[in-house]
Amino acid sequence: MPRGNDAGPMGVGPGMIISIASGKGGTGKTTIAVNLALVLAENKKYKIHFLDCDVEEPNGHLFLKPVIQNKESVKVPIPKIDYLKCNLCGKCGQVCVFNAIAVTKEKVIVFPEICHGCGACTLLCPEKAITEEGREIGILEEGRTDSISFIHGRLNIGEPIAVPIIKEIKRKAMKRYRCRLQEGSKAEGQEIILIDAPPGTSCPVIEAVKGSDYTVLVTEPTPFGLHDLVLAVEVLEKLRIPHGVVLNRCNIGDSGVEQYCRKHNIPILLSIPHDREIAAAYSRGIPMVSIDSGYKHKFSRLFENIVQYAIYPNNKQ
Amino acid sequence: MKEIVIISGKGGTGKTVITASFAVLAKNKVLGDCDVDASNLDLLLHPKVKEKHDFYAGLVPILDIDKCTDCGLCREVCRYDAISTINNRTTIDLISCEGCGLCAHICPEAAIQMQKNRCGEWFISETRYGPLVHARLGIAEENSGILVTLVRQNAQRVAQEENLDLIITDGPPGIGCPLIATLTGANLAVIVTEPTLAGIHDLERVVKVTQHFGVKAVSIINKFDLNLENSDQISHWCDKNKVEVIGKIHFDNVIAEALVKGLPVVEYSKNRVTEEIKDIWQRLEKLINIK
Repeated sequence: MPRGNDAGPMGVGPGMIISIASGKGGTGKTTIAVNLALVLAENKKYKIHFLDCDVEEPNGHLFLKPVIQNKESVKVPIPKIDYLKCNLCGKCGQVCVFNAIAVTKEKVIVFPEICHGCGACTLLCPEKAITEEGREIGILEEGRTDSISFIHGRLNIGEPIAVPIIKEIKRKAMKRYRCRLQEGSKAEGQEIILIDAPPGTSCPVIEAVKGSDYTVLVTEPTPFGLHDLVLAVEVLEKLRIPHGVVLNRCNIGDSGVEQYCRKHNIPILLSIPHDREIAAAYSRGIPMVSIDSGYKHKFSRLFENIVQYAIYPNNKQ
Repeated sequence: MKEIVIISGKGGTGKTVITASFAVLAKNKVLGDCDVDASNLDLLLHPKVKEKHDFYAGLVPILDIDKCTDCGLCREVCRYDAISTINNRTTIDLISCEGCGLCAHICPEAAIQMQKNRCGEWFISETRYGPLVHARLGIAEENSGILVTLVRQNAQRVAQEENLDLIITDGPPGIGCPLIATLTGANLAVIVTEPTLAGIHDLERVVKVTQHFGVKAVSIINKFDLNLENSDQISHWCDKNKVEVIGKIHFDNVIAEALVKGLPVVEYSKNRVTEEIKDIWQRLEKLINIK
């Protein structure tokens, strides 16, 4: 997601993209993203766009409960063979590195689920016998709450490749966001895009966090949390995205994560103790800022920290 | 040979903690870790690596800047926005690149060569509980599905060679490529869920995936006492969808304590969670008909 010169971190430009990620699953990404969104949305100065990019298992809507206004299909291009032109030369099968096309003596077999839609077969067919048709791999839904605009995607059951849906969510948000930026003074507030990323360190995560001004890594103070945090930090270093840590359930486990963060000069932006009441509220889809107003202040502080570190990423501590 | 995979849809529901305890309780088995993105099973099983192999998959474009005339054709055809012109020079962003090779085919100067990509490694190890096959995907790499398949194939091979009749596999979260590669052809999927709205939502989706690929599924409700109403709801939903709930596990700090000590919880101390996991394992043994 390329950003123009007109956009930049808060304070130096009119908006900001913050992604919330983690190596390990279930550490509280969605919790942090949702509570941050709710707290920021109370301030009229900001316009909040929530993008749930965990399209394999999207959960943000369970907490934000947006009214969905628009639903569309996300399609990827797959090859369609014109047998009037095809002479079964086999070129398409040779060039497809994903093994999504096989050419037999009688016909060309396409395996749509593993096609990456690169277009190599179509462009390189000597007989121009291949055109493309769209194949649905999931859906994208747009909606809003009272104060937050919301987009999420949903990968269809049985589909392996999530990346095109994440791309489409971000493309849509960016288009809207850029429009607003160009309207200039008409946009009352500063635009903040919050991205709830999927777990892991591979392609869907990269696609979700790419182009962020700042990434918040949510982890827990256990050996699992630490191990996967180290991997996630490597990803962000590779992508050159400034990042900090939210330590969730900070009163269970050990001090490994804190030691690691101190040693590598990674700021701990917020620590949240495990609290059975909060966990029970979470299980019912109730965000912690709604049950304990003390958290409103904490999440405001979290945002101030993010802004600070996003602007001065080299001055970590 | 039987293959059980532990999956969840939602991350962090307790797959690895439960898999590690099964590793202690089960006999004559090979262990597999198919969460190749963020594998954690080794943190509890402490494997000694016996074999280490590089994992090559996919291709990466190498641009010969002496041959490149910056005509821009590759940039035009690339659908992943991986090629751009920076300071009038063609530049390839390998993170965005999916390795399709179209740029190499189309370049009029033959300035792009596709090279094999080392994108991870995989291991065969020995643990106190039996052999473990595991892997590590390189940071920001693709092809996790292929690496998962490699782990499973080698787990099957080791099982055959050592005459073991069971494979227990720790799966990845989600429902995409690595999960599908973990699931297809397995004998039984054990889905670990939790009584939260997110847990329920993700359980429903992952059960549909097991049905889609024709793999029998059973479920475990972890931290069930966190929300009894939701736990009941899960039980009803599972009944209706022919997914047997084979056990419930209390929410207990002992799990985090065992984790910090680097031990499977059933080996850490005698407690209610341990008893619950032991009961679940007995049921599983009956279910898959092993000794």
